[in-house]
Amino acid sequence: MSFNATRPTLLAAPGVAWLVALMVVPCLLVLSYAFFERGVWGGVEYTFTLENFARVADPLYAKIFLNSARIALTATVVAILIAYPAAYAISRAPRMSQPILLFFAVLPFWSNYLIRTYAWIVLLNREGLINNLLRSLGYTGEPLSMLYTESAVITGLVYNYLPFVILAIYSTLSRLNPELMEASRDLGAGPVRTFLRVTLPLTLPGVAAGGVFVFVLSIGNFVTPALLGGGRFQMVGNLVYDQFLTANDWPFGAALGAALILTMIVLLLLQARATAHASGERKGEAAQ
Amino acid sequence: MNASSNPILRIEGVGKAFGPVTAVDDVTLDIRENEFFALLGPSGCGKTTLLRMLAGFESPNAGRILLEGKDISPLPPEKRPLNLMFQSYALFPHMTVRQNLSYGLEMERLARTEIHRRVDETMATTDLTQFADRKPEQLSGGQKQRVALARALVKRPKVLLLDEPLGALDKKLREKMQLELKRMQNEVGITFIIVTHDQEEALVMADRMAILKDGRLLQVGAPEDVYERPADRFVANFIGVMNFIDGKVGVDGLFAAEGLQVKASGNAGSATLAVRPENIVIGPPGDLPVSGAIVDIAYHGLDRVLHVKTTASATPLQVRIPASGAGNWKIGDALSLKIDPARCRLFQ
Repeated sequence: MSFNATRPTLLAAPGVAWLVALMVVPCLLVLSYAFFERGVWGGVEYTFTLENFARVADPLYAKIFLNSARIALTATVVAILIAYPAAYAISRAPRMSQPILLFFAVLPFWSNYLIRTYAWIVLLNREGLINNLLRSLGYTGEPLSMLYTESAVITGLVYNYLPFVILAIYSTLSRLNPELMEASRDLGAGPVRTFLRVTLPLTLPGVAAGGVFVFVLSIGNFVTPALLGGGRFQMVGNLVYDQFLTANDWPFGAALGAALILTMIVLLLLQARATAHASGERKGEAAQ
Repeated sequence: MNASSNPILRIEGVGKAFGPVTAVDDVTLDIRENEFFALLGPSGCGKTTLLRMLAGFESPNAGRILLEGKDISPLPPEKRPLNLMFQSYALFPHMTVRQNLSYGLEMERLARTEIHRRVDETMATTDLTQFADRKPEQLSGGQKQRVALARALVKRPKVLLLDEPLGALDKKLREKMQLELKRMQNEVGITFIIVTHDQEEALVMADRMAILKDGRLLQVGAPEDVYERPADRFVANFIGVMNFIDGKVGVDGLFAAEGLQVKASGNAGSATLAVRPENIVIGPPGDLPVSGAIVDIAYHGLDRVLHVKTTASATPLQVRIPASGAGNWKIGDALSLKIDPARCRLFQ
């Protein structure tokens, strides 16, 4: 009896220990810097202050925060618009071929993030593949400046996180009882109204899970804006990076990081609640 | 009982194949207005495919489906004035009972007040008024079943299709709902076509029934017809309990098996005699022509079934006698029996 009760705890112990030692504790350490003054050559001066949090709210930085949120949101919307039809197509494919299609959707994940991002430089460059292709098709104007634009950053973010969104939406679509869509058609709704009133509402948990994922990873991202934005489009991630490694202002970097992590946690909690609510509904359906 | 003889739905030479597998093979069938019609057969016989073709979810490879004389086979499901009650009920989990019922009427773009009135009316007849604001997850199996029925009925379809509507319910509730469905059908005056694998369910509910096997139609008729005069050995075996005795018909026109002779009309040659357990008469040893011994007794409450070993067949014959009837039979008792020639069938 007591053995059965303790076993789940024992099984979770290694994972929890790993997370606490290598994730929670280091994060808390860094975040604690936010409450102290900066050292002259980096590091911290252990004098308590709330000054750093006040600076986060400074319009200059708040603007970068909002700009990051806007870019992340755009990437999220674009990713969902691309992922939903793809996930839908996969879930409607013959059962046998679904794992293969999913494998191809996830395939880019297995190559290095940096290499994938550099590949976009090769594509978008003024002398890159796309401009070369246009020229060979007879385009004679100025080569298009696609690299180092906000669109390039968004493209890179969407490209990198798309597989997550496809997987998240696919998992809710494939669990949906196909008779629900048939019932809707039978009751007089055409394919479009069936999608809007039955399929979409019932797969929103998957859309939310995928969307929050892209948003959270995008808003804190610093590699993609640095490489594809050419440093011209600063996002919060770049700002944090700069504070720690260039400006030597660790406490301010920590305060920015705290604001970022707080945003992510709130979003993840909201999404978890929405999913718990929706899976409760599905359980009711399955019990029939 | 209230069925008129006008066909409302005509299935004309309909066939459907999935790749090399023929699911429905050249089925022709008339369904009359206001009748309770059952499509009956073992699983994989094509009855569900046939129903899905009527609803519009599968398109036939051959033949036509005529509703009141108009060919509906090219129409998508949403354009057909038929509704289907799904086996899984397929209630929308994100909508309340009222929203589930309103959905189909909203698709017809009816006025709000009209929708409200009709939904109220249907909830009243199906005893759902008190559950109007519940989500499907908060309902019992029987309640969900009623919501599924109500959601289809509120559309006032010309024909209501029901796919194994009672399959998910336990035995007690199923028997109650069989009568309930029949009452409801009588009340709303809509043609019901029900798909079931349960022969008892079909016998209890249907005005007429069709028996399918391997995609082909074996017999169509009222439950009494099918039970009393099964068209072939498969139907005889599938509907109710049947004893089969292999033997042959002689030139004298008598069916004969080891130790048994019955007057039967048939051509000379090998034949199988089929007789229902209730159509065998028993008596003390020596009184009746065929002698046998009891190997098993099954008590069913109202009646009991004796399993009687005779020389006529390898499997013991089942004989149904009233439980309250005379005779205190025990396993091992010897007895004699007689088959009424007017109440048996000969398959050749």
